[in-house]
Amino acid sequence: MKARHKRFAIVLGGLAALGIAATLILNAFQSNLVFFFTPTQVANGEAPKDRAFRIGGLVKEGSLQRTDITARFIVTDTAKEIPVAYTGILPDLFSEGKGVVAQGALGADGKFTATEVLAKHDENYMPPEAKHAVDQAHEAAKTLKQ
Amino acid sequence: MSQPLINWFKFASPASFYPLAGKLWPWFAALATAFAAAGLWISFFVAPTDFQQGEGYRIIFIHVPASWMSMFIYCVMAFWSAIGIGFNTRLSGMMSSALAPTGALFAFLSLWTGALWGKPMWGAWWVWDARLTSELILLFLYLGYIALTAAIDDPRRADKAGAIVSLVGVINVPIIYFSVKWWNTLHQGASVSMTKAPTMAATMLWGMLLMALAFWMYSIAVALYRVRAIILERERHATWVAELPEMQR
Repeated sequence: MKARHKRFAIVLGGLAALGIAATLILNAFQSNLVFFFTPTQVANGEAPKDRAFRIGGLVKEGSLQRTDITARFIVTDTAKEIPVAYTGILPDLFSEGKGVVAQGALGADGKFTATEVLAKHDENYMPPEAKHAVDQAHEAAKTLKQ
Repeated sequence: MSQPLINWFKFASPASFYPLAGKLWPWFAALATAFAAAGLWISFFVAPTDFQQGEGYRIIFIHVPASWMSMFIYCVMAFWSAIGIGFNTRLSGMMSSALAPTGALFAFLSLWTGALWGKPMWGAWWVWDARLTSELILLFLYLGYIALTAAIDDPRRADKAGAIVSLVGVINVPIIYFSVKWWNTLHQGASVSMTKAPTMAATMLWGMLLMALAFWMYSIAVALYRVRAIILERERHATWVAELPEMQR
């Protein structure tokens, strides 16, 4: 084995060892690396109970109610739901049927009091006309089913 | 053994790479300007408004290509570092050092434009989610590489130390890329990827891809220009440098 083959082998071996180490570490910290918990995870008791955490999901259609500056809405992952109350200014992209991440604490009554609400944007970028066409297609599909 | 078409090892010598880089960089600079002009024109005048974000989405024409570039340049640095350790070539370390400032610039641009977008869209300048945090670590890796190589006086030892930093840090690149898949993050998933059709309108995609090409060409041009300066600085006592026409004046 030439000296340079040995050096390349060391580099490759080192990278492989590092990769394995990184995988193990990331697996160990899995629960600390998630930015938010879904309502299903909260229902299964995976969310921390003694400290504030974030929940994420979709704002349920037709669930948004405003009284003064307090907004009440339901966060859903289509399986489970959590009612959320938030006092403050909602971000521009916040709307029903869209992604949302709320930070706060879960009360004993199962209601989540948020101290911060962030809108979660999806990866879809399209002009308004295309969005209109997509909506119409959805409507057509709905009427066909009925 | 058959003779290869181009003897690549010839260009591993700084003396023969210096004039080659000098011939190449103006071409890449010209291409960068052309692609940037076309890309910016599409970005601002051709690409339609987004249905949800309005005009604010146009930050992606800088943000996404800058983020891609920051990850890719790091991989190239790691590649040169591995070559440098393996073949013990002087030029490899110089290439790594030439790429680092450009990579740091793109990592910073990616974080900065992301913050500008995040405030109106998410409602926060910064969140500690996996994607944002790992990209910040990438910026620190670039800065760490630059600081470490600058702190060691002997350039050959500086290159070796820098090579180890860049090889260890390369593990962060797949973490950045897949962070939005592996964990729940506030950052959205990829709109453009190898495995599925892009989830964006065609003209928006074209604008983004042209800007990405412009950034590629810019990075190559700047790296070649910078490596020429590094070669001159390190080889200043060599006779071939003294014999260069630009040194005769």
